[in-house]
Amino acid sequence: MPTSPSELFDLAVVGAGPAGLAAAVTAADLGLRCVLLDGADRTGGQYYRHPAPGLGAARPDRLHHGWAAYTGLAARLTAHRRAEFRGGHQVWALERTEDGFAVHVTLGPEAAERTTVRARTVLLATGAYERQLPFPGWTLPGVVTAGGAQAMLKAGLVLPGRRIVVAGSGPLLLAAASSLVGAGADVPAVVEASGYLGYARRPGVLAAVPAKLVEGAGHGSALLRHGVRLRPRSAVVEAHGDERVTGVTVARLGADWRPLPGTERRIDCDALAVGHGLLPQIELATELGAQTRTGPDGAVALRVDARLRTTVPGLWSAGETNGVGGADLALAEGELAAHAIAGEPPERALLRRRARLRAFAELMAAAHRPGPGWTGWLRPDTDVCRCEEVPVARIREAVEELGAGDPRTVKLLTRAGMGWCQGRMCGPAVACLSGATGAGPDRRPLACPVPLSQLAAGASE
Amino acid sequence: MTRRRTPAALVEADPGPAHRIEFDGRPVRALPGQSIAAALWADGVLAWRTTRVGGRPRGAFCGIGACFDCLATVNGRANQRLCLLPAEPGTVVTTQEGHGRADLAV
Amino acid sequence: MVGAGVVGAACAYYAARAGLAVAVVDRGPVAGGTTGAGEGNLLVSDKEPGPELDLALLSLRLWRELAEQLGPAVEYEPKGGVVVASTAAGQQALRDFAAGQAAVGVSAEEVPAERLHELEPHLAPGLAGGYHYPQDAQVQPALAAAHLLREARRMGAELSTGETVTAVERGPDGAVRGVRTDRRRLAAPAVVNATGAWGAELAALAGAHLPVLPRRGFVLVTEPLPRVVRHKVYSADYVADVASGSAGLQTSSVIEGTPGGPVLIGASRERVGFDRTISHEAIGRLAAEAAALFPVLAQVAVMRTYRGFRPYLPDHLPAIGEDPRVPGLYHACGHEGAGIGLAPATGLLISEQLTGKRSELDLAPFRADRFPASTDPLEKP
Ligand SMILES: Cc1cc2nc3c(=O)[nH]c(=O)nc-3n(C[C@H](O)[C@H](O)[C@H](O)COP(=O)(O)OP(=O)(O)OC[C@H]3O[C@@H](n4cnc5c(N)ncnc54)[C@H](O)[C@@H]3O)c2cc1C
Ligand code: FES
Repeated sequence: MPTSPSELFDLAVVGAGPAGLAAAVTAADLGLRCVLLDGADRTGGQYYRHPAPGLGAARPDRLHHGWAAYTGLAARLTAHRRAEFRGGHQVWALERTEDGFAVHVTLGPEAAERTTVRARTVLLATGAYERQLPFPGWTLPGVVTAGGAQAMLKAGLVLPGRRIVVAGSGPLLLAAASSLVGAGADVPAVVEASGYLGYARRPGVLAAVPAKLVEGAGHGSALLRHGVRLRPRSAVVEAHGDERVTGVTVARLGADWRPLPGTERRIDCDALAVGHGLLPQIELATELGAQTRTGPDGAVALRVDARLRTTVPGLWSAGETNGVGGADLALAEGELAAHAIAGEPPERALLRRRARLRAFAELMAAAHRPGPGWTGWLRPDTDVCRCEEVPVARIREAVEELGAGDPRTVKLLTRAGMGWCQGRMCGPAVACLSGATGAGPDRRPLACPVPLSQLAAGASE
Repeated sequence: MTRRRTPAALVEADPGPAHRIEFDGRPVRALPGQSIAAALWADGVLAWRTTRVGGRPRGAFCGIGACFDCLATVNGRANQRLCLLPAEPGTVVTTQEGHGRADLAV
Repeated sequence: MVGAGVVGAACAYYAARAGLAVAVVDRGPVAGGTTGAGEGNLLVSDKEPGPELDLALLSLRLWRELAEQLGPAVEYEPKGGVVVASTAAGQQALRDFAAGQAAVGVSAEEVPAERLHELEPHLAPGLAGGYHYPQDAQVQPALAAAHLLREARRMGAELSTGETVTAVERGPDGAVRGVRTDRRRLAAPAVVNATGAWGAELAALAGAHLPVLPRRGFVLVTEPLPRVVRHKVYSADYVADVASGSAGLQTSSVIEGTPGGPVLIGASRERVGFDRTISHEAIGRLAAEAAALFPVLAQVAVMRTYRGFRPYLPDHLPAIGEDPRVPGLYHACGHEGAGIGLAPATGLLISEQLTGKRSELDLAPFRADRFPASTDPLEKP
């Protein structure tokens, strides 16, 4: 389908995960001309990440819950005349224009040109990335994020090691552990900082979402079968090794997540998969001034109304960008947003489904909110910022002696968060160490690095 | 009869023919469609960069393009994210020291 | 002292050193205003002879002293500046400009086209020539402000952040008696307005008219690099842009490396009020100019942009010293794009005035009452 560069779409959807896919397909059904953009070459996003065709996977469904939902959407997308997928399109900024939005795209470092997609409305479905909390040794090779271990497995059919400890907090840990085990890894322990009690005590909510229960039970039984030990109220407080990880120390945590002295035990392993839940990826919207809210997990998400409109006119948001809640919720929100953008009334059943799933998500989020005592496992020389190698001691100096009391000032004074990842990995830790309360969203004027030549190309446009 | 559990066995993969990439001068096997990081992991390599300040080894961390820990020099271009770049036949990967731009220093 | 930017920090430092009891109040954090949003150029090269250049020369001397005292943490680098011209006419203009500056103590050396690459190997070919200004230097602004404040606190100054000044209290004689904040009353016979781009608001709280306006600027920040640019390098157009009063967008890039690794490419100038949205036009033009001066930068990644609001007064000179209309109100604001450079001199002059010493410079050109109320330029909010 050839398009002129200046073609004005009715809707540009940024992010081709469950929310974006559902939105693009539904909106196209409703008569809108849509373009679906994603930095990756294939649709699916983080959740439906799957092996490249060349790997010849006959049963990709074994790595996913609800795989059929994805294949259905993907088939509808391919068949649709009014919807178009553009892979390898990494959006680095949205700009408001007279007739809607200019969506600024980089086609990667090799590309000579930049690309701008124009659309009357934009739906943000950019998902989330993992929340990390530093600990001594977390920069060693072999320490990977829980989601990263899963992503590398789903897309590349590889494991970071043979004996992998899974640690951190949140429902993703169980999912990651069961795929790792299924793929042949030995998982000696799943180390979960929370007690899982927060939502288990509220059976009403769980009963309302039977699919979640089935999913949880599924993971649980797979893990039991393989002898994986679940260690609640515990954390990896140190990773050992020189050139790569050779073991971890696990300690029990008090109610505020402070490690309890004397409870440490060592577990040998050759990899550690760690994560503390997910953080919405919302900078494209916040740069336009979109308002945010802080969820029960402490993560900053976009503020949307019942029809998933952000506070920026013409900009909608669906899925994890509105607060982390999983693939089913993302699918429901994508569909709802499409209805709203097309000016159609919402389906009542869909509204109810979304409300139920959101409620469950908020409960989970509250249960896995990091306790303030986690800083108890830091040492002065623990690097907080991986990119710029800024240790705890330098951040404490900025706060205690130089008068920094918020993440931005800590950044300016220490360079923490100024490196390649622009604070995505160290952001929560820096915010916590700076003593900030209720910090707003991180500012990232460019959502990803852009080659200077491509920025320059914008001047002549 | 029990088959060894592997990622490929889990999804009953029947990959196309393997090819080679080069890592620090030696050949590394890669399957079609794998990222460079995946090919290196499969080969047991977890680090392909040393940091600017401490000279410490690093490799893939987030696996999804967010952390930029997996940077290395690919076909002479510094600072490429190996978790995103496909391993094309003949790709040349070199361990990157620091910013990887020493050639520009004046 | 109201304001914990670099100017407020320098005022606090010199006042505390002079033995005064000092409290610094800021509604945000240290360096949370323009100080944390720009570059740290300490330039004499871009200034024509006159009161601002006098201030800059004094300041450069003070920065050298401060750098010794504050240590490497403030990333002071006396690296010198190189101004380049792309045409013979431009080079002639630089020559005339430098001749004027030489008379008041600015050293500058003409660099013929064929020697430009000895100074800056990565410069684009085909330039007409340039000038080397060895006095130009650089600091990291936020660190400079924070360390000045740390020293001030060691000498007894008090720092309170997250506290907003809501009123300036005056006695029956009109003289300042202190300020009210959202937390407390602070009694003081002298209040220093170091609120930068927000200087008009604070002046108004004291009943004084001071037309400080924001002049927005963007700076591009690249990926970490080795040293690819040795000096601060900019094109001759920059001087014209700085001196311009136009509200429209102007860009002429100044390029410099930093000890942290990234190259900074600044800066655009436009008057659009306190609008924080990215101007794609501005950052595109900065990038294009940087790539034209240093083609090697075309392939590097830009990771971030800073945006800041320069505190601008219509005649491009700051307001420094006691306000003749409001006894006890001292201004130290409106330094536009040179506040980092001019901060120490401003601080020293204010503390001399506060302690009744003879001033090192004539403060008349910096008087706050030099703008009649009717000359306010029209400004969008
Ligand atoms: C893009 C850009 C590049 C620049 N590059 C350079 C350069 O290379 N070299 C150079 O010398 N200069 C440069 N500048 C200019 C320089 O940053 C400013 O001149 C300087 O920061 C001004 O310092 P300040 O302390 O006056 O203001 P600020 O740093 O803005 O400090 C003012 C403080 O006052 C506080 N405040 C305001 N109102 C109140 C109130 N009612 N109560 C309490 N607190 C209040 C604010 O919160 C703020 O912290 C640049 C500026 C920009 C935008
Ligand atoms: S592993 Fe994080 S960006 Fe590649």
